[in-house]
Order: sequence, then C-alpha cells, then structure tokens
Amino acid sequence: MWKWLHPYAKTERAYQLCLTLQPWFWAGALLCLSIGTVWGLAFAPQDYQQGDSFRIIYIHVPSAILSMGTYVAMAIAALVGMVWQWRTAYMSMIAMAPIGAVMTFIALFTGAAWGKPMWGAWWVWDARLTSELILLFLYMGVIALYGAFEDKQQAGKAAGVMALVGVVNIPIIHYSVEWWNTLHQGATISKFDNPSIAPEMLWPLLINLLGFAFFIGAVTTVRLRNEIVLREMHRPWVQTLAKQQLANTQQKRAANQNMTEGN
Amino acid sequence: MQFDSFAAFINMGGYAFYVWLSFGVTFVAMGIIAIQSFIKHQNLLKQVVVEQERKARIKRARKQQQAST
Amino acid sequence: MSLYHGIFKRDMQIAFKQKAELVQPLMFLLMVVTLFPLGVSPSPDTLQRIGPGVIWIAAILSSLMAMERLFRDDFQDGSLEQYILSGMALPAVSAVKVAAHWLVSFVPLLLLSPLLAMFLNLTVDMYVALVLTLLLGTPLLSLIGAIAVGLTVGLQKGGVLLALLLIPVFIPLLIFATSAVDSAALQLPYHAQLAIIAAMLLLATALAPFAIAYSLKVSQN
Repeated sequence: MWKWLHPYAKTERAYQLCLTLQPWFWAGALLCLSIGTVWGLAFAPQDYQQGDSFRIIYIHVPSAILSMGTYVAMAIAALVGMVWQWRTAYMSMIAMAPIGAVMTFIALFTGAAWGKPMWGAWWVWDARLTSELILLFLYMGVIALYGAFEDKQQAGKAAGVMALVGVVNIPIIHYSVEWWNTLHQGATISKFDNPSIAPEMLWPLLINLLGFAFFIGAVTTVRLRNEIVLREMHRPWVQTLAKQQLANTQQKRAANQNMTEGN
Repeated sequence: MQFDSFAAFINMGGYAFYVWLSFGVTFVAMGIIAIQSFIKHQNLLKQVVVEQERKARIKRARKQQQAST
Repeated sequence: MSLYHGIFKRDMQIAFKQKAELVQPLMFLLMVVTLFPLGVSPSPDTLQRIGPGVIWIAAILSSLMAMERLFRDDFQDGSLEQYILSGMALPAVSAVKVAAHWLVSFVPLLLLSPLLAMFLNLTVDMYVALVLTLLLGTPLLSLIGAIAVGLTVGLQKGGVLLALLLIPVFIPLLIFATSAVDSAALQLPYHAQLAIIAAMLLLATALAPFAIAYSLKVSQN
C-alpha cells in the first residue's frame, strides 16, 4: 500500500520532492495566514466574556495543536527510520524539530499573554501548561542529542529513540484538561458535528490552522534540503545542483543590478 | 469590520498590549526560523562549491607535481 | 596588554563555536527550576517562599556543569602549558579566562532570570534583589570555582569531585543571597547582605587569580 513512498528513501528523490512541494506550501501558508489573521483580528466577533483579547485564540490554538502534531510526525519519521532504516526519515525528523519547538514556544507565549488579562497570572503550574512546557523540553532534548553526535547516522538513531520515548507526553497534554482539575479550559474543537464554538469564530481558526500547517511544511522542506545537502555533500548530484543554484542566484543578482542601474 | 475606527482596532478593547504582543512575537519567531533556514541553505550550497573547487585545486597541484618529477 | 586581549577574544570565539555546550547548562537550569513546582507544590505562596533558594541552588548546580570547560580544552591541547611557560603573568591570564567564562556562562543566566522568577511567582521587589545578588554573586562563583577547576583539570573523572569541593565553599554565598531576597520579600532593607557579598567578591577578585595560577601549576606539574 505504501509502495509509492519507497522512492523517497533516496535522498535525491526526497530533495526533488521538497523542491516540488515548496512553492505550494509557501503560497498556501501566505494565503491562509493572511486570510485567517485578518479575518480573526478585524472581522470575527469578540467574545462576550473575554472581549477582544479572545482574538489571541487564532494563534494560540493552531500553534498548540501543531506543536503536538509536529512531534507526532517526528515520532512517526523516527519509527520509519528505525524499522525500514531510511536515512531520509531521520533527516525529516531533525528537519521538523526546530519548527515544532518554535510552535511550542508560540503556544506557550501566546497562552501566557492571553492568561495574564484573563486569569491574572502569566503562568500557573496546571497540568496542560506544564505538559506543554515538557513538550518544549523534549524538542530541545531531541535537537541537543542530534547535535551532540559527530556521526549523523548514529545521531539520527539516538534522537529517534528520544523522540519515540517522548511521544507518550502527547496524549497527556491532550487529555490533561479532562484528567486533572485545570485552570485551562477544555477542548474548543472537540465535537465535529456540534462544535461548541460559533461558526464565525471557527472558520478563521481553521484557516489559520491550515496556514500554520502549510508554514511548518514549507520550513521543513527547506530544512530537509539543508540536511540532505549537509549529509550528501560528496555526491555528484549535490555538487551539480549546488553549482546550478549558485549560478542561478548570481544571474538573478546580476539581472537585478542591471535593472536598478538601467533605471 | 468589528471595530468603528482604526484607533479602536489598534486598541483591541483595552487588550492592545496582550494581543499585539502575541501576534508580534509569533510572526517574529516564524520570520526568524524561516529566514535562518534560507540563509543556511545558501551557505550550504556555497560551501559545497567551495569544497569542490578546493578539491579540484588540490588535484591539479598533485598532477603538476607528478608531471614535474 | 594586547596579549591578554587576545586570550579573551580567543576564549570568546571558541565559546561561541560550541553553542551546544553553552546552551545545555541553561536548559538544565530551566528544567531543575521546573521540577520544584511539580515535586514540591504548585501553590503560588509556597513557590514564592522557596523561589529565591531554588533559583540560587539551580544556578550553583548548573554553574558546576558549565565550569568544567574553563580549562579543560586548553589543558588537553597543550595551550595551558604554553601559557605557563610563556612568561606571561599566569594570575592575569587566569583572570582574563575567568572573565570570558563569566560573560559566556552567567550573562545568559541573568537574561533567563525573569522567566525563572515568573515560574516561581516572585514579586518585582524580590526579583530586583535576586538580580543584584546574581550580579554580585555569580562572578564570585566563577572566581572561586576556577580554583577548584584548576586543581581537577588533569583528573580523568573530575565531575562530581568538583561539586564536592565547591558546594561547601558556596554555602555562605547561598545563605547571604537568599537572605537578601527574603528580606526584599518582607519589604526590609537588604544592603547588609549585598555588602557582605560584595566584600567576598572583592576579596576573591584580589586573591583568587593567584590561587588559580598556583592550582594550574600544580595540575600541570
């Protein structure tokens, strides 16, 4: 069933896939984020209890959902790398880690900025906030472990184990609001057929969610290409590619200079 | 538009500091990681070319040495 | 004078190349501070009471981790021996290296301190006192610590031994620093505690470089 994925175990195919997907992801990110943010900031109604500070939800919820999603994706990549011994799987894992950590940071920061006017405190040690902070530590641990090894094959395996062990935190984060008495409110988008949020607020939220997801995809394609070039520097296809790309950028720079000089 | 004027929009019902701090830090963080990834890409490609040229130089120097001896 | 400037620059450049080594003690600090609300009690009042001590203890522990790199690389590649043989004043070399190490290891701690203070629910008065104690106390940690690091640099398994040597020596600093922050919590003046820490710092600045030089010579044999 997954035979169509097999070619991407080779770094060259994976690189080409990144190049193909990249413009779509950036376009999608730009489009969805602009629409979602403007809609959420200016056109969505304010909450009857929380007023306009409610608008932080359009960043907080997508980044929180995707911080967990990216970690699960990392864990799946680690699993693929371990079971099928794909180097590209480990490379994807480490490509996703920094952007996942940034999403976790954004979720924590916007949560604190929202919590201060709402609950009166920038930070409380309740279950959901603490488990999200632990997620940030897990991301940092995976990145640190990968960086500590000289041999990146070994690094991938070690960081992969770390990522898989940490994935047990994800259900804890998600169900923390049900299992413990927390200050953090319950799930907003839990029931698909009858959501507890008004549609005028739901749509910009979903669009931003898609936008953030596209952004994560876009940055991952860039970082995966970086990791591939770093590891495969001695391969001929990388060397021809590098020469080509540099020639392109030099051409573009020369063209820009000509245009400015001409005007 | 939920707001009567642009000033009201910036004010965000009194929550201006928190809302704009959140949106600001978010987009700055996203910008930083995107730009850093791109810069690293350019630097890596340059590194590949420089390494290649260096290896070619070493090869040429060796050939010259062999030819002269 | 330019020789010492050169050593300072070299140490800073090496430090910035090994970013992971710098970031890890900070991560350790953050995680240790996180353990206390989870292990003791998340109640804001309890955290405020134990907060100053927790931050100072975590700072001491993470500084013990960071201190090992002060002389280790130079010892292993032989530059330390060169410094000793070169005829430069070894106390001055030591002082310069400690200064570079302090900038690289403790300034990030100071930058992280507002976050830690927020996690432990410290008031603004307490935080001001905390920053003052950190500013006066962390150079003291570096200076005294360097003496012990100089003694253990040649040993294979330095690790915990360094902690055993230094923790008793750091206890007075810990007591005065936490006393200052606790006084700030009660809105009482804390000049006395700060003055004592400053006095210890001045004494260390005057004498420690000579002790560090001597301990390096002992290690180098």
